[in-house]
Amino acid sequence: MTPTRKKRLYLIAAMVAGVAVATGLALKAFNENLMFFFSPSEVATGEAPEGERFRLGGMVVDGSVQRDPDSLAVTFGLTDYDEAVTVSYTGILPDLFREGQGIVAHGKLNGDGVFVADEVLAKHDENYMPPEVADMMEQRKAKGAQ
Amino acid sequence: MFRALVNFYHRLGSPPHFYRISGRLAPWFIGLALVLMAGGLYWGLVLAPTDYEQGDAYRIIYIHVPAAWLSMFVYMCMAVAGGLALVWRMKMAEVMAVTAAPIGAGFTLLALATGSIWGKPMWGTWWVWDARLTSELVLLFLYLGVIALDNAIEDRRLAGRAVGILALVGVVNIPIIHYSVEWWNTLHQGPTVTKFDAPSIHWSMLVPLLVMAVAFMLYFGGTWLLRARNEVLRREGNRRWAMELPEAS
Amino acid sequence: MSLTEFLAMGGYGAYVWSAYGITVAVLAWQLILPVVQRRQIVRQIRRRKRQEARRA
Repeated sequence: MTPTRKKRLYLIAAMVAGVAVATGLALKAFNENLMFFFSPSEVATGEAPEGERFRLGGMVVDGSVQRDPDSLAVTFGLTDYDEAVTVSYTGILPDLFREGQGIVAHGKLNGDGVFVADEVLAKHDENYMPPEVADMMEQRKAKGAQ
Repeated sequence: MFRALVNFYHRLGSPPHFYRISGRLAPWFIGLALVLMAGGLYWGLVLAPTDYEQGDAYRIIYIHVPAAWLSMFVYMCMAVAGGLALVWRMKMAEVMAVTAAPIGAGFTLLALATGSIWGKPMWGTWWVWDARLTSELVLLFLYLGVIALDNAIEDRRLAGRAVGILALVGVVNIPIIHYSVEWWNTLHQGPTVTKFDAPSIHWSMLVPLLVMAVAFMLYFGGTWLLRARNEVLRREGNRRWAMELPEAS
Repeated sequence: MSLTEFLAMGGYGAYVWSAYGITVAVLAWQLILPVVQRRQIVRQIRRRKRQEARRA
């Protein structure tokens, strides 16, 4: 490699490295804001903003979904397997909303510690399989638990 | 063997040779891509089973995931070409960097649009500002920036180098897109195929996905060659070799 | 499986087919554009050649 080319190569490498470091620092500084949601544990420890709107993410607690028969109102527990928060919501739920499924709710904590949501989004996982395979895995898991 | 490779590389670096070789290769790339796409689509839309949770909506994966992979792969190709253009001042590298941008922008647009259409029924929203979606949108703006910069500079050689710098600076965004779902909590799910342990997708759904990914890759290769040889002809149109082309008479 | 069943996509037909429609449109555009542009560039070279021949 000729000396000029070598110099150019070093200059460009330095430029890319500099931009990478700057971006890394910026992302570290804004880490909080890049988190899309808070977990129930963070609500319990008071890390979630109080009196302000924020997003709460977790798993819908099995058997906790209570639907009001006369309206679209629904309440359910949301957990990260450490802490749980009760969520109340009125509106249409996404197709993937079900017990044991991850969801993200947007709203505010009221005085009683209930999270009043005005938007509920489903967070699906990275697993894809045919229903028969899912059934088989379910059965195997049930057998293992016995 | 090595000599032959070096020779091939030097010939590719010469515009008339590139023009001839690319003209011969491009139809094969595109033809093979279309055949694989037809097969992959039939497999993905008809033969592959429905998903246990998402039903048939998951079938958008067969275009969304390859488009998203390609949006990053094309960027890396563009950045490598940009680096070669900057350090070695190779004319052909400048051409390759500049012509990759509109194709990459197309794949990024597709990844965003199909993801949005998938998100509406599954998540319950067209768009959220989570780290994955936002960094992919930044990628689209990087591509648009490269295209705008190339159009703004009259001098082709200078434009090639300017594009190279912007492309290289934007490379930081690629690992951010890839790791966004692990570094931060996002609405977008984690990686399915590219994680370290076995992919968490049933093989009957994975195979058509990989076929589509290869098809998209070949399609990119073919359209990149077509765009690059156009750019060569545009730049060298008043050279003797271009004037003497049979198609120009 | 019937054709209507296939097109319905388990109730997600509108989403699935619009996603595929956009993809076909963008991919077709990626191929058509360079082919059309090539024709224009070749025509330009031909015109320049004719002008030079006339001048000579």
